[in-house]
Amino acid sequence: MTDPKAALGAPLARLEGRDKVTGRARYANDHTPPGSVFAWPVPATVARGEITAIDDRQALAHPAVLAVLTHLNAPPLAEAEDPTLALLQSPQVAYRGQYVALVVAETLEAARTAAAELRISYRSERHDVVLTDDHPGIYAPELANAGYPADRERGDFDTAFESAEVRTDAVYRIGPLHNHPMEPHAATAVWDGDRLTVYDSCQGGNSVQQTLATLFALPHSQILVISEHVGGGFGSKGTARPQAVLAAMAARTVRRPVKLALPRAQLCAVVGHRAPTVQRVRLAARSDGRLHGVAHEVLTRSSTLSEFVEQAAVPARVMYASPHSRTTHRVVRQDVPAPSWMRAPGECPGMFALESAMDELAQACGLDPIELRLRNEPELEPDSGRPFSSRHLTDCLREGARRFGWYPRDPEPRRRSRGRLLIGSGVAASTYPVYVAPSSAEVRAEADGSFTVLINATDIGTGARTVLAQIAAHVLGVATDRVGVEIGRSDLPPASLAGGSSGTASWGWPVHRAATALREDLARHGEVPAGGLAARAATGAEDLAASRSFARHAFGAQFAEVQVDMDTGETRVRRLLGVFAAGRILNPRTARAQLLGGMIMGQSMALSEHSTLDPEFGDHAERDLASYQVAVHADVTDVQAYWIEEEDPHLNPMGSKGIGELGIVGTAAAITNAVHHATGIRVRDLPATPDVLLGR
Amino acid sequence: MEYTFSTEVALRVNGEDHALLLDNRSTLLDVLRERLGLTGAKKGCDHGQCGACTVLVDGRRMNSCLLLAVAQHGRSVTTVEGLAEGDTLHPVQQAFLDHDAYQCGFCTPGQICSAVGALAEARAGRPSAVTDPAEDPPVPLDGPEIRERMSGNLCRCGAYPGIVRAVMEAAS
Amino acid sequence: MKEFAYHRPTDAASAVALLAQSPGARYLAGGTNLVDLMKLGVETPDLLVDLGALPFTTVEPLTDGGLCIGAGVRNSDLAAHPYVRAHHPVLSQALLSGASGQLRNAATVGGNLLQRTRCLYFQDVTKPCNKRLPGTGCPARTGVHRDLAVLGASGHCVATHPSDLAVALAALDATVDTLSATGPRTLSINRLHRLPGNHPDHEHRLLPGELILSVGLPAPAPDTRSGYRKVRDRASFAFALASAAAVLAVEDGRVTHVALALGALAAKPWRATTAEQALLGGPATEAAFGRALDLELTAAEPLPGNGFKVPLARNLATRLLTDLATGEQAPRRETR
Repeated sequence: MTDPKAALGAPLARLEGRDKVTGRARYANDHTPPGSVFAWPVPATVARGEITAIDDRQALAHPAVLAVLTHLNAPPLAEAEDPTLALLQSPQVAYRGQYVALVVAETLEAARTAAAELRISYRSERHDVVLTDDHPGIYAPELANAGYPADRERGDFDTAFESAEVRTDAVYRIGPLHNHPMEPHAATAVWDGDRLTVYDSCQGGNSVQQTLATLFALPHSQILVISEHVGGGFGSKGTARPQAVLAAMAARTVRRPVKLALPRAQLCAVVGHRAPTVQRVRLAARSDGRLHGVAHEVLTRSSTLSEFVEQAAVPARVMYASPHSRTTHRVVRQDVPAPSWMRAPGECPGMFALESAMDELAQACGLDPIELRLRNEPELEPDSGRPFSSRHLTDCLREGARRFGWYPRDPEPRRRSRGRLLIGSGVAASTYPVYVAPSSAEVRAEADGSFTVLINATDIGTGARTVLAQIAAHVLGVATDRVGVEIGRSDLPPASLAGGSSGTASWGWPVHRAATALREDLARHGEVPAGGLAARAATGAEDLAASRSFARHAFGAQFAEVQVDMDTGETRVRRLLGVFAAGRILNPRTARAQLLGGMIMGQSMALSEHSTLDPEFGDHAERDLASYQVAVHADVTDVQAYWIEEEDPHLNPMGSKGIGELGIVGTAAAITNAVHHATGIRVRDLPATPDVLLGR
Repeated sequence: MEYTFSTEVALRVNGEDHALLLDNRSTLLDVLRERLGLTGAKKGCDHGQCGACTVLVDGRRMNSCLLLAVAQHGRSVTTVEGLAEGDTLHPVQQAFLDHDAYQCGFCTPGQICSAVGALAEARAGRPSAVTDPAEDPPVPLDGPEIRERMSGNLCRCGAYPGIVRAVMEAAS
Repeated sequence: MKEFAYHRPTDAASAVALLAQSPGARYLAGGTNLVDLMKLGVETPDLLVDLGALPFTTVEPLTDGGLCIGAGVRNSDLAAHPYVRAHHPVLSQALLSGASGQLRNAATVGGNLLQRTRCLYFQDVTKPCNKRLPGTGCPARTGVHRDLAVLGASGHCVATHPSDLAVALAALDATVDTLSATGPRTLSINRLHRLPGNHPDHEHRLLPGELILSVGLPAPAPDTRSGYRKVRDRASFAFALASAAAVLAVEDGRVTHVALALGALAAKPWRATTAEQALLGGPATEAAFGRALDLELTAAEPLPGNGFKVPLARNLATRLLTDLATGEQAPRRETR
């Protein structure tokens, strides 16, 4: 690792690795400022209604209990963009699980006990929580998440569909999915006069700082958000969540530092989740498989508090050439917890539907599913007509087929077995857009020959620290071990959040720019002055706009081999293999981890993650990690991720595309397509649990 | 019979003796984290469903979130902070580094303690659900064995392949 | 979690005496379910009597070929015991298919038998539940019940018993030795747990404060094979959707001994006596096993969302019996 030129693209081990394996890495609730006390939140037990009375006498009778915050006495908050953060501000309950009180006590034990002893009375109203295809409240939003137009029409789909030689028409259903990062949302808040420090488990400290400044009507400069290590987020920590706000409110009230970790079983209600989707996909094709029309119509739901529209029809605007296309989103607002971002919002559920439909079309046309995709490869981005900055889906499919051993393949279902197990293989494509956001960074040179990168980036497990050191080392022409990185504090140069797979591009760009400026400064100075040298740089709208004339997306192809036990309905993934094209891979070690991690989460979604919105009570029934089953070690046997070299000059100075979300896109379809190949059973509703496959 | 809600408890933690007056409600996890400042063990679920709080109690891996501290009186506890010998990492810790067996790192202390416990169990010839009944001790730790034995430790980042490689290396 | 007092007696009589004095007391064994439920507010003891210092921690083969298993024996120790592995594979397999390595190291035999249902409504104190709060209703019947009972349920409760161990013990004709204020007694494992009927809160036949000291196993019937199979959504660390424990002897193609218990289908391990009677003396074939299971499962009354458990249990148990009859090992649970 001493060849500076090799810094970028080298499999550098994570800089914080030693801290993580020794337990020294400190997460939000691992900080205990002197005098710290503990908070425990109390969720609403009705799905819709109003608090009519609060009896906190028993709770307050415990000598260790310091305060019970409710809408009657909580510090007032200014209005923030996210209505779910108007915590303890009104007696109204918009969904079951919404926070209605917070107990603060000297000990965690006392806080938990007192929270259970609060008596809260409600006037409850009839709730509306069941998502039906014909719900009278369904409407057409203007925009879907991430600012995409909700509806797009090209050509005349209806006529194309009616006149098509081959048609598929199916509805795919995915229930709510939950992020469940291993670290529950936690914060430790300390006030010093009018200055607030929050150790927060978040994906972006500047975003949290901004929100807290708004809510508490303070200048940014008086708020410090520290998130040195974050135990995963997968979108659920993308913006400020209740823990940071509640901890700050409590700390202000009791004038002590407050530690608050949201209990696992409460997360489903208060940190967002992937909204359920009902997706109708219709494909019209010629008998040779060439698409004539694509319609992807999505129904999803949001809470009454906010409109969040899972943009599941958006990938259909990117993937395949067809003269006629309709992509639409409909949404209904119900008395349910507010959905939000979960790893690859839009692409993940949308590509399950689209890639399942493509498999159905391949079957209908008697075509190999890879061949079908090759025949529908577009010249230009179908919806926008823009050229792709780079697109290597077909290479991924071919390379994946080779590595996986796809051919020769008998497409007929139910032909392969091993003992009483049916075996099958499936393929699906992956795609994820290139996002990038303005950020700033500083790079310092010290007289001792060391360098430091300073940027308020957040490492939620991606390896952000490590890749930023590599970028700086590469530009400066020094070994990576001479570059230190300081991230995760809002008093560092401001940066965008770790979301939308945009971190490396957004942060690496100003780091690259600052390092370049520093290199030039150093060349002028000859040697580093005693006080060191620093260069600061930022990216702005003009940088980000430069490549707007191109459609920029990462692509991939995923292959699954499954076995299905038809006696028990159990599906196990024997092999999962992905080949991706995501620009230049800056650190193969951490990149592989990201891609594998996405694929494993996709497998988990396909086979075991199951959440029910309880019609009677209006909450997610499977709220803990026993009932909401995420993949365990035993589920994950042989998962491999590869990539192809992709040069793309229209991205950023590093030439990289985001990889944090790409891996989860397409996995579920590859697996259920393989289940179909094994059994002849088409799984259109996830997950493919034993009850779905048994006896069919 | 005198009833009190707190109890004097003697605990040996990472080789150090502690005499603590503890709230009977305190779990071992909360005592480690909030009384002894050992924040390596993590609270992922607080109900024994994720494994992030795994520590070794008298050498055996357990979920510290489900152990009442008062009931551990006289026991010896090893946390992730107690595995290394000075600057020399425990072989499992080193293997985790070498195989990139973590991403966010939150489940890592539990995975590592669990692996240390699992390796000892296999050495002692203890079977798992996938062990061939005819197998004589010690049980060889191949992929299926490690995956089954480590299944009490969730990793939402999906670092499983690296963890399995790390445990396999530490086992050999 | 309510404040509670704590005692750790060193003999069983003292433990029983402590419970007799305080109706709000609970025994603490491994705590893996009790502490969980205390955090949820489902259990609110004012006194915990820790059984950790009691002497019932050994597994002792008896001269008649039987086995005496201390109630305080850890699940993992019992699963690893050489005698158990050699003579009662069903028991070892059942234990190892349950929970995780960490939980098995903490959980005890006695505690495992008395663990509570994982019905989501039972575990949520903000919702009605006839088992937790008699008379409040059972939302599971019309709500989320995919995991719940298809056999022996009532209009008041459709909970299942979550133990794997208990299913194996049911097939092994185990007995439970207890001590209560009225003295020691022994009862059959198959009488320990109760079906819900009108009183789903009465989960077992132990008296208030009655303490399980040990579990007894009779000598294995000659020439029997035994095994345990479990199906769940993910490959490990999950409760069963259905499970089966069987002990089988076959001579000249005919069943000479059969004991079959089904798990995760009812509020107790379901000893499949109807199937056993149908099989005994008859042919040991897959077809016969399947017919016997069909007969057994005619008693099933599935809810709209858990009907799959009936064919699942049928197929699972049929496969287990067939494999035992043909001497097939359970295929190693690996996928390559």
